[in-house]
Amino acid sequence: MAFSNEQLERYSRHIILKEVGAKGQKKLQAAKVLIIGAGGLGAPAALYLAAAGVGTIGIADADAVDLSNLQRQVIHATPDIGKAKVCSAKQSMQAINPEVQVNTYQCFVTAANVMELVADYDFVLDGTDNFPAKFLINDACVLSAKPFSHAGIIRFQGQLMTYVPGQGPCYRCAFQNPPPADAVPTCRQAGVIGAMGGVIGSLQAMEAVKYIIGQGDLLCGSLLTFDALKMEFRKIKLPRRDTCAVCGSQPTILAAFDYKQAACDLKPAT
Amino acid sequence: MKLTVAGNLKEFADGLTVAKLIELEQVETPEYITVSVNDEFIASDSFESHVLADGDAVEFLYFMGGGR
Repeated sequence: MAFSNEQLERYSRHIILKEVGAKGQKKLQAAKVLIIGAGGLGAPAALYLAAAGVGTIGIADADAVDLSNLQRQVIHATPDIGKAKVCSAKQSMQAINPEVQVNTYQCFVTAANVMELVADYDFVLDGTDNFPAKFLINDACVLSAKPFSHAGIIRFQGQLMTYVPGQGPCYRCAFQNPPPADAVPTCRQAGVIGAMGGVIGSLQAMEAVKYIIGQGDLLCGSLLTFDALKMEFRKIKLPRRDTCAVCGSQPTILAAFDYKQAACDLKPAT
Repeated sequence: MKLTVAGNLKEFADGLTVAKLIELEQVETPEYITVSVNDEFIASDSFESHVLADGDAVEFLYFMGGGR
C-alpha cells in the first residue's frame, strides 16, 4: 500500500534518510514492539516508537501513575495521577500518532504470561525496575529466540545491551543471577536523575528502530554504559559465556521461571 | 606493570590479583560485579587466584536494576 500524503509528510524526515527511505518506513509500519514497563525507560521509548510510526506497540505495566513518577516518566502528566500507566501511556502515544495500534497489558509480567506476551512481537524492550523481571525477560526472549534491548539506570548512570538470537551474549551471560534483594540499590532507594531515563530509553528505541530497518550495528556483544557526571559513554565488549544457564552449550534453564525475591518497587494499580 | 582498568591506563605492582585490584580500585558492591579481562569473563571464585599480567585490560560490570 502506498503512503497517504499525510503519512509522507509525517514521516518525511525518516523517508529522506537513505538508511530508512519508504522501504524502511514500511518496515516500521509492519513492526510489532513490546515495551515491558511504562516508566522511566519505557516512557521515552514508547513516545519515540509511536512517533516513528511503529505499527503495533504493546505496553505492559501493572502500576498506576504516582506523583513520584512524574520527575522522569514523561509519557504521563499530572492529571494522569491514579490512572493505569498503560492507559495513560496509550493516550499520550495516540495523541502523537493516532495511526499506531497500542495494545495494553495491565498486569505484572510473570513466568505464567511472559512467553505468550513476547510471542506476538518482533522486538522486546525491557523497561522494568527490578532484577527478577530483567532475568525473566532475558530468559523468555532467549527461549523464544526474540531480540530484545536490556537497560538499567541508577543515580547518574545507565547501561544497555541488545540481545540478538544466535548472534551474541544474553543478559545472563554477563550477570548470571540476580543479586539478593536489597544488595544492590534500586532507584527508589538510591534515586535517579530524570533525564537518564530519557537518554537510555531513547537509545533502546534507537536499537529497536535499527533492528527493524536492518541498519547499522546493534549493541549485540557489547554493553554501552553512560556516566552522566563524567559525561562519558563507554562500549564494553561482552563475550558469550559458554556455561550460560540459558543460552550456553548445555542450558539448565529450559522454561521461564519467577525468582521468589519480592520486587520492592512494585505495587498494585489502584 | 601497566593495566587498562575501565578504559584508563594505570600502573600497578606485579603479581596483582583480580581480588586485590577490586580492593585497590574501591569498586562499589564488589560481591556483585562481573569482571572481564581481555574481553573474557573471570569466574568470581577465581578473583583471588587470577593474577593479572602487564598489558591486561580489565572491565567491571555493575548491576543496574532501575528503569521505571
